Amino acid sequence: MSFDMKDLYQDVIVDHNRSPRNFGKMEDADRLLEGYNPLCGDRLTLYIKFDGDKIDNIQFDGSGCAISVASASLMTDALKGKTKIEADKIFGDFHMLLTDEEPQIDIEKFGKLAALAGVREYPSRIKCASLCWHTLHGLLEETHSAVSTEQL
Amino acid sequence: MSARLNANTESEYPTGFDIEKIRSDFPVLSRKVNGKPLVYLDNGATSQKPLAVIETLDKYYREYNSNIHRGVHTLSEEATTEYEAARKKIKNFINANSTQEIVLTSGTTDAINLVAQSYGRTNIKVDDEIIITEMEHHSNIVPWQLLCEQTGAKLNVVPINDAGEIIVEEFERLLNEKTKIVAIVHISNALGTINPIKEIIDLAHAKNVPVLIDGAQAVPHYKVDVQALDCDFYCFSGHKLFGPTGTGVLFGKQSLLEAMPPWKGGGDMIRTVRFDKSTYNDLPYKFEAGTPHIAGVIGLGAAIDYVSSIGMDAISAYEADLLDYATKALSSIDDLRLIGIAKNKASILSFVMEKIHPHDLGTILDQNGIAIRTGHHCAMPVMERYKIPATARASLALYNTKQEIDLLVDGLNNVKKVFA
Repeated sequence: MSFDMKDLYQDVIVDHNRSPRNFGKMEDADRLLEGYNPLCGDRLTLYIKFDGDKIDNIQFDGSGCAISVASASLMTDALKGKTKIEADKIFGDFHMLLTDEEPQIDIEKFGKLAALAGVREYPSRIKCASLCWHTLHGLLEETHSAVSTEQL
Repeated sequence: MSARLNANTESEYPTGFDIEKIRSDFPVLSRKVNGKPLVYLDNGATSQKPLAVIETLDKYYREYNSNIHRGVHTLSEEATTEYEAARKKIKNFINANSTQEIVLTSGTTDAINLVAQSYGRTNIKVDDEIIITEMEHHSNIVPWQLLCEQTGAKLNVVPINDAGEIIVEEFERLLNEKTKIVAIVHISNALGTINPIKEIIDLAHAKNVPVLIDGAQAVPHYKVDVQALDCDFYCFSGHKLFGPTGTGVLFGKQSLLEAMPPWKGGGDMIRTVRFDKSTYNDLPYKFEAGTPHIAGVIGLGAAIDYVSSIGMDAISAYEADLLDYATKALSSIDDLRLIGIAKNKASILSFVMEKIHPHDLGTILDQNGIAIRTGHHCAMPVMERYKIPATARASLALYNTKQEIDLLVDGLNNVKKVFA
């Protein structure tokens, strides 16, 4: 290859785009919410099922670019079994990872999610990576109307 | 593998078209992006500016920056003279009958909104009908929707076929005694289709319906003659025509413009202002409230001088050859599908690739120094028509080359490798 796209399109991202985990409609979801990026047409629906305070299952479907699909795939993998409070904390940390000028967080603890850190260098693509997270935030806050990247 | 269709021979371009000279006229084309020479294929969004335009802006601000139509001082006289000279260049460029028919706006969008609000609110009433097409840019949809909301008029949409051509029979079917205006794009920014606007205009005129043409994508590539077309309104932007952003043109037939009320109120558009009643200026100033983009308009005049010096017919011929080359080259890529394959097409190539989202494609091409547009191109109904969320679009201009098309093809093959 005549250039290096590894920073953004890491193997983990390419893999999760090709075979997204937790993909598909969840029939017995407790809640679902649609997220939409009107600038590019990316659209996903996030489904969630709780076991008490814990996220018992979380899935998504929809269409989008590799970054948004991989991000949703990695996010759902990371959140299974987490409590709402833990999920909210991961959301905050991930947001900081993508947008803070000097994020004061240990990248190690993100596990596979760290693969998305390269998006920092592509300001026009940050919304692709964060769409699913904002949709999650809306779900946890019990928002009823669809989440749009342009309302954030 | 990339297709190389004789891209390295010297006789590949029409004679008299000095592509090296033209490229050297555009300073930005010599820059690098991500370590690679810039390949700028986003001319449908905005074009690059030749040195002649850049220097015109610079000279205005350095030597005679002042307001127009007001002062008696030398600078204001000079600015007014240059500003009005630009209007005359625009008039000649599209062969309008007089400079009174040339209203300067901030762009195509502004021009369409002017017609929708001024002509539309005067002449279009409840249950009247407006015809647009399925391939319109949002700027030729939403102003009419707003007008419909305000008046109770109805918006009718002419469908397109799979190739991306409007279905003229459907247009004829929609055209009736309730139709009060037809607004149609000359060349589709999302599909590249060149519409049969002369035929549309003649059909509409046979029923006494005026026609507005959105010419934003046409004027940079083809000779436009508003008198030969007999269109009632023709709108375009300066920045796609190698001029500054924030400039645009509304051509309107004088009789129509005269009967229309002002849209925006303010300075320059009035003759007298009293609290009981104000009277309005003559055409075209009646529609030009406030201080315009003076430097920009003078710069647009320089852009018109520039393309005129090359010749619009020469530009069209050069681009037709380039489009042919690019169409063949892109068609040679497996998994690539062109969106918009009209028989009569301008140098715009919209496409999708199997299992690769246009945004990923755009980001990876950018790493190769190649600038294309990705997204819905402000034409969401077109995306809906083809059931795709977005396309990638390479839109060519007079300074693009076959070598650049080869680089695009190489870049697209690299994209496939990343996702292989």
